[in-house]
Amino acid sequence: MNLDLSIKNIADGLVGKLFSAKELTKEFLDAAKKKDKDIHAFLNFTEDIALNQAEKIDEKIAQGEKLGALAGVPCSVKDAILVEGAPCTAGSKILERYVAPYDATVVKKIKEAGAIIIGKTNMDEFGMGGSTENSAFGPTKNPHDLTRVSGGSGGGSTASVAAEECVIGLGEDTGGSIRLPSSFCGVVGLKPTYGAVSRYGVIALASSLDQVGPVAKTVEDAEILFNVIRGKDELDSTSVEYEIQDTKYKIQDLRIGIPKEYFSKGLDPDVEKVIRDAIKKLENAGAKIQEIELPHTKYALAAYYIINTSEASANLARYDGIRYGLSLQGGSSLLDTYLDARGEGLGQEVKRRIILGTYALSAGYYEAYYNKAQKVRTLLKQDFEKAFEKVDVIVGPVSPFLPFTIGERITDPLQMYLVDIYTVPVNLAGLPALSVPAGKVGNLPVGLHMIAPAFEEQRLFETGKLFEKL
Amino acid sequence: MITKEEVQHIAQLARIRINEKEVEKLQQDISGILDYFAVLKDADTSKVEATTHSIILENISREDVAHPGSPALLQKLVDMFPAVRDGLLRVKAIFSSR
Repeated sequence: MNLDLSIKNIADGLVGKLFSAKELTKEFLDAAKKKDKDIHAFLNFTEDIALNQAEKIDEKIAQGEKLGALAGVPCSVKDAILVEGAPCTAGSKILERYVAPYDATVVKKIKEAGAIIIGKTNMDEFGMGGSTENSAFGPTKNPHDLTRVSGGSGGGSTASVAAEECVIGLGEDTGGSIRLPSSFCGVVGLKPTYGAVSRYGVIALASSLDQVGPVAKTVEDAEILFNVIRGKDELDSTSVEYEIQDTKYKIQDLRIGIPKEYFSKGLDPDVEKVIRDAIKKLENAGAKIQEIELPHTKYALAAYYIINTSEASANLARYDGIRYGLSLQGGSSLLDTYLDARGEGLGQEVKRRIILGTYALSAGYYEAYYNKAQKVRTLLKQDFEKAFEKVDVIVGPVSPFLPFTIGERITDPLQMYLVDIYTVPVNLAGLPALSVPAGKVGNLPVGLHMIAPAFEEQRLFETGKLFEKL
Repeated sequence: MITKEEVQHIAQLARIRINEKEVEKLQQDISGILDYFAVLKDADTSKVEATTHSIILENISREDVAHPGSPALLQKLVDMFPAVRDGLLRVKAIFSSR
């Protein structure tokens, strides 16, 4: 069976009785299990949950009931998002035996829309990394070249979609964790506006930055999944409801800004060529291209890593070996229980970030680090606001590099952090951004980064769909 | 450069046990990253306020009423406790006895 299917193909196939939801689910599960021996996109498969859901869909079809927007669509879920009854590890040993007691709001929503959750995907531990090499359970390989990384932190979700182990995936993006691996794996990934999607039931990394979003093979599928998961949730006070502008853009009316800071030193010339060619295509189709400035870009990475590590140090304090997860009670005091569980259960990068964040938040350093970073964040936000007075969408590379080989950057944390240089400003400013496949260097995909003002996801979808046709 | 003693002290505050080898690597890595953070000194932030939240939100409030979870969910949470006595979470003594 051909598994290169879109959401619409599946809806047509189910209604046209080309296959049942159960047949389709089994095909995908079988294929995924085989392919995953090489790729390792999944930490575990949720076969029972998937088959139960498929039976319900088939029953609905038999009864002639109306089907949801994702009926029968095989979907992967990043292992930072809770699916009731399935293990949820966030890629960490400290949660190795943790089984989610309830569904995250986004999971509830995709289930109601009929999605078939086939498994939980691999990630850098607690989302900390750009390659999945920080997963306690081993890296996810890039489906286009098994010697290379799939990107991170959500390399499992993007690899699962790229390898046709499923059709769509739910990811989570704190500083690029959806867009970077989407670029590396050659799929579409959206980081929505901060607050667009509920985070109830999502394992927190940095609360002022985290956002759940869709991964798909086409912009249209990403749009369908986004519209299922978005909206205000009583259980997440930062979530917001807003009108989606139903605007169709003509490419001739599009004003596209190219930030000169995103094409400076450090950008791989091969990546740059693919991105410049993509911009040329947009220009030839009639879009107005203009160079813009985002002058504070050079401060973004430092500000991001201060905020990320500080918020992570607070969020991860909950893994204390007391109420759930890894617990080692051999020591003599309560302090030993904490020290042992966290010493044993957390990986090197997680320890590094918690210690760094604790340092940055400690008395005497708060002003110089956290508060300074929050002020720089305002400058970055203002850069974008000024730019969007002149242009509709900002376009550039997602990553300065091609997918790198496994092991290449893992020993030096700063080398790994540099991978995030173009993606983190977007999270700091709370904006929506899309990664769309732009081309390849050899067999390695390169993603085009499209950034829009807050709440303007529709502008990204329309621009992305126009670009896909060029 | 951050000292080994500082690394140990912060790790203790963060409730993470680290061994001697980890201390050395962390000392190097964290010093390198802190050096990198120094770039922020060049940013002129004298005229801006801190952004704590990227999207402006009004205060969110709701009626102060309890929304009890289901007993089944409660049981699942209790079942995850590593140590239990009489259905309650058991932890080691918080105060040492003299």
